[in-house]
Amino acid sequence: MTTTVGTFCSFCGGEAASGDHEHCRARLSLIDPPRYCPECGRRMVVQVDPMGWTARCSRHGETTNAAQR
Amino acid sequence: MTTASTETATGTTGEGDILAVAREQVLERGEGLSEAQVLEVLRLPAERLTEALALAHDVRMRWCGPDIEVEGIVSLKTGGCPEDCHFCSQSGLFDSPVRAAWLDKDRLVEAAKQTAKTGATEFCIVAAVRGPDEKLMEQIRVGVAAIRAEVDINVACSLGMLTQDQVDRLAAMGVHRYNHNLETARSHFPEVVTTHTWEERWETLQMVRAAGMEVCCGGIVGMGETLEQRAEFAVQLAELEPDEVPMNFLIPNPGTPFAHLEVPQGPDALMTIAAFRLAMPKTVLRFAGGRELTLGDLGAEQGMLGGINAIIVGNYLTNLGRPAEQDLEMLDTLKMPIKALNDTL
Ligand code: SF4
Ligand SMILES: [Zn+2]
Ligand SMILES: [Zn+2]
Repeated sequence: MTTTVGTFCSFCGGEAASGDHEHCRARLSLIDPPRYCPECGRRMVVQVDPMGWTARCSRHGETTNAAQR
Repeated sequence: MTTASTETATGTTGEGDILAVAREQVLERGEGLSEAQVLEVLRLPAERLTEALALAHDVRMRWCGPDIEVEGIVSLKTGGCPEDCHFCSQSGLFDSPVRAAWLDKDRLVEAAKQTAKTGATEFCIVAAVRGPDEKLMEQIRVGVAAIRAEVDINVACSLGMLTQDQVDRLAAMGVHRYNHNLETARSHFPEVVTTHTWEERWETLQMVRAAGMEVCCGGIVGMGETLEQRAEFAVQLAELEPDEVPMNFLIPNPGTPFAHLEVPQGPDALMTIAAFRLAMPKTVLRFAGGRELTLGDLGAEQGMLGGINAIIVGNYLTNLGRPAEQDLEMLDTLKMPIKALNDTL
């Protein structure tokens, strides 16, 4: 998975530089699509489908892993 | 029935060892375990897990056969649900990061096509609702028709509680199976959901059955239920006689009232699988959500060799699964054939 922890943590939405995100990274690597935009920390609209996911930030647009799986 | 008995730490009771009893009663005669007997299995010490799984596997092979039923699921309407199921990240009543989303018809059909490519025979369309409104019923009508026209796959739905009219309409659309989980034991349900009752769910299931659709009904293990309640749940499911029981393991999701609960432990989950198979020897028992966290790759194989005879491949509704190819490779390695579509009609 590419989108894990940028400026903001994609799992918990907290600032990536502060706090412990080990649990977040584990969840993102196993069973969770990103829920927060790594650039701005906004909650994204996420669609999971059988083979992939698409996540859309109102400011930073869409990311997807659909092509990878 | 085993009631008051002199239980020991090894699972031996006044009526004999529970797995020996199960071998005769369940494997030979096809009669599921009673609540007290299921509880005995759940209480077996860890060193007897391998034996329990092996017996559950023998029961599955004897009464269900070697085929594995593969299914894919998709969320048509995500999030914003008015109900308060405490495990669910899609309830609009909790501070969950899951935002509302709708899948359009083209992506729905595409998801069905991708699912069919894996060899799956079932494709389940799920909506996070208390029950369907007219808008959703219309989307389902259009979506089911499009899938049935373009994809060779059985269509299932999971749309919450239904009215009799909605049941009849779904059956008329050709919906093959309807999923509605009782989720947990009746006695534990009020700790899990307060916005509707276990009995309301039961009523929907009865209507679904009467209309001729297959009944899919399971639940989630690890929501703070006692072992007694887990045994209670197994026999309540058995009493319903569902065509399929999906077994989920709790994923503690952020923002939900159950966020603080522990992920169920692997051995505990596996013993539960064995016990459920011994309670329901003839039902399709499906691996559903949470197995990735609870069991990992090795545990998934143990489950397949411990009573499971169906899997959801690919992703779930809001969580991701292992890549479908990985599960298909596992079945190949285990030499477990995938059930073909013409066997399901
Ligand atoms: S009814 Fe379904 S979608 Fe709604 S909160 Fe309960 S489990 Fe979640
Ligand atoms: Zn985090
Ligand atoms: Zn953003």
